[in-house]
Amino acid sequence: MKRTASRQLQYVLTTALAWSLALLIFFPILWMMLTAFKTESQAYQLSLFFMPTLESFHEVFSRSDYVSFAANSIAISGGVTVLSLLIAIPAAYSMAFFPTNKTQKILLWMMSTKMMPSVGVLLPVYLLWKNIGLLDTVSGLIIIYTLINLPIAVWMTYTYFCEVPKEILEASRIDGASTWQEVCYLLLPMSLPGLASTALLLLILSWNEAFWSINLSSANAAPLTVFIASYSSPEGLFWAKLSAASLLAVAPIMVLGWLTQKQLVRGLTFGAVK
Amino acid sequence: MTRLTARHAGRLAAACTLALAALSAQAATTLTIAALNNPDMVELKKLSPAFEKQNPDIKLNWVVLEENVLRQRVTTDIATNSGKFDVMMIGTYEAPLWAKKGWLNPMDNLAPEYDLNDVVKTARDGLSYGGKLYALPFYVESSMTFYRKDLFAKLGLTMPEKPTYTQIADYAKVLKEKGGVYGICLRGKAGWGENMAYLTTLVNANGGRWFDESWKATIDSPEWKKSVTFYVDLLKKYGPPGASTNGFNENLTLFASGKCGMWIDATVAAGMLFNPKESQVADKVGFAQAPTGVTAKGSSWLWSWALAVPKSSKQDDAAKKFVQWATSKEYIKLVANDLGWTSVPPGTRISTYNQPEYVKAAPFAKFVLSAIQSANPNDATLKKAPYSGIQFVGIPEFQSFGTVVGQAISGALAGNMTVDAALKAGQATANRAVIQGGYQK
Repeated sequence: MKRTASRQLQYVLTTALAWSLALLIFFPILWMMLTAFKTESQAYQLSLFFMPTLESFHEVFSRSDYVSFAANSIAISGGVTVLSLLIAIPAAYSMAFFPTNKTQKILLWMMSTKMMPSVGVLLPVYLLWKNIGLLDTVSGLIIIYTLINLPIAVWMTYTYFCEVPKEILEASRIDGASTWQEVCYLLLPMSLPGLASTALLLLILSWNEAFWSINLSSANAAPLTVFIASYSSPEGLFWAKLSAASLLAVAPIMVLGWLTQKQLVRGLTFGAVK
Repeated sequence: MTRLTARHAGRLAAACTLALAALSAQAATTLTIAALNNPDMVELKKLSPAFEKQNPDIKLNWVVLEENVLRQRVTTDIATNSGKFDVMMIGTYEAPLWAKKGWLNPMDNLAPEYDLNDVVKTARDGLSYGGKLYALPFYVESSMTFYRKDLFAKLGLTMPEKPTYTQIADYAKVLKEKGGVYGICLRGKAGWGENMAYLTTLVNANGGRWFDESWKATIDSPEWKKSVTFYVDLLKKYGPPGASTNGFNENLTLFASGKCGMWIDATVAAGMLFNPKESQVADKVGFAQAPTGVTAKGSSWLWSWALAVPKSSKQDDAAKKFVQWATSKEYIKLVANDLGWTSVPPGTRISTYNQPEYVKAAPFAKFVLSAIQSANPNDATLKKAPYSGIQFVGIPEFQSFGTVVGQAISGALAGNMTVDAALKAGQATANRAVIQGGYQK
């Protein structure tokens, strides 16, 4: 009797903890959503009760061309996801199934490229991009994001591939399958949940990346991060407009995340050891 | 699965081709303009189709960014000679520095109808280097004192046209004790363009300067100590709580919602405080010049956002044409017709201030103009200083050490350290910066 009571208490406590943590994490987004529907002077007050208005959204739509920014964001993050997976899958395949004694070192070295702050290589990259004519182009941004995200893509696919039993692939080879068939008919379908979550993560990371998108684009290739950056102001009230712009910018990816929640969670917890 | 991958690859190729096509399809006369997000620039963007109509061969592309992001973005572009921007919005701080490096096209051979002599001289001086003008001012601001007329009348106080800091301190005390508001609101947020802009004018008014003539930092001088002690005491006793995190926008909100008795800040706030849509005290705002101390020199600042054409632009003729249009008399009339005279870009042209409609609609007009005209960036300190600039030191290193000093003083205001400790830290930082920069021999 005592035991079930304490179990119940534990259950209630963990639930409460989980909910408060979730609320804590979600709070900034909630606040942004609320502020988006306030007027500029209301935005500075902490009140939860106000007459919602679409004023800021009207202002944002009349001031900038949301559709062209969003189109660039979609093209860029879609391109990055596809290109990264195209490179990461063969790389991870060779490292997972035909490891050499250098494989671990290569993996670590790849991760080490993420350790340098981006601004440290801003000028060299900027000059390089200028000289090959990639500044302010969608392809230029796709390439830089792919380079940034590749280590994560390779690491993730590598760990998913490691969970796939080697014997199954061996069996297929005995049956006469080519490498291409082995990868396409066995390996990819078997690690699909993992690949799906990798793709989603790549999509989200490149959707939200702000440093390179602001610095390497000007007018033609500017994605939604640049759109947000144009709504903050040192002189004049801006919180409501900035929140409306941010809400518009994150809405597509939030909806996508919501719809694919199951896949995402399954992918991230895929396998027995995690 | 094979088909899926192949399709993806196809799509990627299509995306790349499309992007390349977009690049090559750029018209020969597309101007890309890097602009700051503020109300005046938003209006310029809105009215710019009028320019495109007059010049059908020129198309305008806008990149609107927040101040710090804009600064980083255009500096990267101009320093690498990339030419992604044909028109850049820069401030009084950048113009002479960049002109010195040879990054900007001089603004010569302007059209006769542009009437350059109509542009306020101090504004032009702030954007010149070696006697040549390198940018045309889009709007110009100085600083002044805002106060609540109704509270002053109720408490029997009178604000003179030219107040002194001693008077300001007295008024702040009365306002706080009897007026039911914070006596005074001032910038406290750390940054070379935030608290240091205001504090430098206060130090100037007390006869101080950043560096003496041999480039030795003078932050440990009695003038600095007097100024910063005064500032910290004033805000701690009569200011709003948490003043060390208040910048321009926070103070604007406090004053506009009737919580401050006085506020010393940018003249650009006048238009916002007088606008009944944004301000609850629109009919109660009074104004005076920025307070003075032992001297009136450098007690109000001078800043302008100006349009410049970088050397790297390939369409400099068209770009210059646009810059002239955006800073012309004609453009000011366009804004007046669209938004009314209170909202025209202030401080750029004498002719604006000769418009009876403007003087009538904007009661602060006269003050703004005289504040701007009396601000001299080349003679802003009582004792001679080796640098130009009123509320900043016109060297590239200032952005960094100015902010560090600002952080120390903001810390003193928050009570994390004493004024003496803050000034000692500031002195060391500023001195180190000019030694490393090779200014101090």
